[in-house]
Amino acid sequence: MPITYTSGEQVEVYRFSIPVTIGIPLLALFVQAFLPLRFPRFAVYIDLPLLVTIFFAMARRNPIAGLFTGAVIGLAQDMLGHNPIGLYGIAKTVVGYGASSLGVKLDVENAGARFLVTLGFYLVHSAVYFTVARGLVNMTQSWSWSRGILAGLANATLGTVLFFLLDKFKQRT
Amino acid sequence: MESVLGRYRNLIILVGVLFLQVLGLATQVKRGGGNDPESTRLIRIWAVGAISPFERALVWGENGVSDLWHNYFYLRGVRAENRQLKDQIEHMRIDQVRLSEDAAQARRLQTLVAFKEQFISRTVAAQVIGSSGSDLSRTIYIDKGENAGIQRDMAVMTSDGIVGKVLVVYSSVSQVLLISDQSSGVGAMLEKTRLQGVLRGTANGEVVLERVMSDEQVPVGETVLTSGGDQIFPKGLPVGTVTNVTSGKDLFLNIKIKPAADLSKLEEVLVLVEKQERQATAEQNVHVRAADILAQRLPSVPDKPATDTKPVPGATVGATTGVPKPALAKTPAKPAGAAGTTTSQTPKTPSSMSSGPGVPADPAEPNPPPSNSQPPATESSPQ
Repeated sequence: MPITYTSGEQVEVYRFSIPVTIGIPLLALFVQAFLPLRFPRFAVYIDLPLLVTIFFAMARRNPIAGLFTGAVIGLAQDMLGHNPIGLYGIAKTVVGYGASSLGVKLDVENAGARFLVTLGFYLVHSAVYFTVARGLVNMTQSWSWSRGILAGLANATLGTVLFFLLDKFKQRT
Repeated sequence: MESVLGRYRNLIILVGVLFLQVLGLATQVKRGGGNDPESTRLIRIWAVGAISPFERALVWGENGVSDLWHNYFYLRGVRAENRQLKDQIEHMRIDQVRLSEDAAQARRLQTLVAFKEQFISRTVAAQVIGSSGSDLSRTIYIDKGENAGIQRDMAVMTSDGIVGKVLVVYSSVSQVLLISDQSSGVGAMLEKTRLQGVLRGTANGEVVLERVMSDEQVPVGETVLTSGGDQIFPKGLPVGTVTNVTSGKDLFLNIKIKPAADLSKLEEVLVLVEKQERQATAEQNVHVRAADILAQRLPSVPDKPATDTKPVPGATVGATTGVPKPALAKTPAKPAGAAGTTTSQTPKTPSSMSSGPGVPADPAEPNPPPSNSQPPATESSPQ
């Protein structure tokens, strides 16, 4: 599972068309809101907006673009629930920043790297959400390592497949 | 200084964006305790407005395909099902006659104690079109909003049991907080023991009944009903059944409940838009005579007399048993036997006295044998 270190000059930076930039996150939010009605376990294990955040952040390789992508997607996800707005926003901002910073330094184009990066960022996302929800909002949250790792593996598997599909929308700068 | 800002530009922006979001969170927590989505209603409308039209269209399309399948292609077995349903209707008619008598009797008793009941007077059917998409916020979206008369804190249910309450209302969409969410709370009670508690969701999506003292006996499998104490759900609606009882903390039991309505597969729900509270009144124009009821219920009583003026032998027996007869005064048009019949049935559980939904008939009721004078409704028992 090679994760090669590359210099800033070697990595390719991609951009996306405006319809893709807006449409893919919206589609992810829509699917995330609709599928649990038919597959109740979907919402427990899969976080499509997170996968989209990681993908865009890693492809653009720009920490500022990454953190803003994460913030916007996270805040939109917050708006669909009933919890205070900002919980997913903060978690996905951190993930967006981290994924794009990692994208600058590592080659995250291969499946193995993508799998590990997605697994890692899922756990980071859960940890940040848990901390903010308990520390700032005083929500009752229970942390479960087994559930977290299981969901992380599920997201990483789906993410690896999804990223290759989303690669079709990449445009070279 | 400039070089420092340039060097840590990304980090400074990250901290700034996070700070703004933390500030927003703190404001929301200060305003509504963190669990009041109404305080951020204006912002939420954007997201709901962007997503709900697509969800509505998809549900509409899905229903169209489903209807096509069910109406045109999936007609196998309809005849057999029809026959089965007709049989079921016959059984339900029998039940209805018996239960209406029980209800009339209960109303008479409730009148005596000036009992006030809540009745469901109007509901609006709605389609579930979406969810929050997160297991940390157990909410659903329905396709009815202010335009359909829906307001905040209205009860939402299915024919199986309660689902939740309306949390946020938009013009044509509403957000419903499910009873499995950890911020929800419903007044509930156990059907047989009448113990009351508070129904709450847990972080794992389970539903538990809290505030029942640990020295109480709660059998597994007991039905849980709404208690009406929350002023949202009328009393007596089915909530679920007890699946597990363990001793919890602070002298309270930890009672897990399996919701009666399948919260993971909701498609259509009913929103209770209007409920009435009125004092129970006994029916004045009772079509079934008390003597008939007596004849139906007590196998030992002979057939009903040919004329109304003749005293019923069983009535005398009933009247002389020494059972208090408070209903006598309320039913002056009936013979003495009628009152005796009514009062002789009084030892009922409180649940059987309630006329709310989900209340079973008295299982101890005798099953009368077939008789010429009895209507067919009493000839077979649904049990």
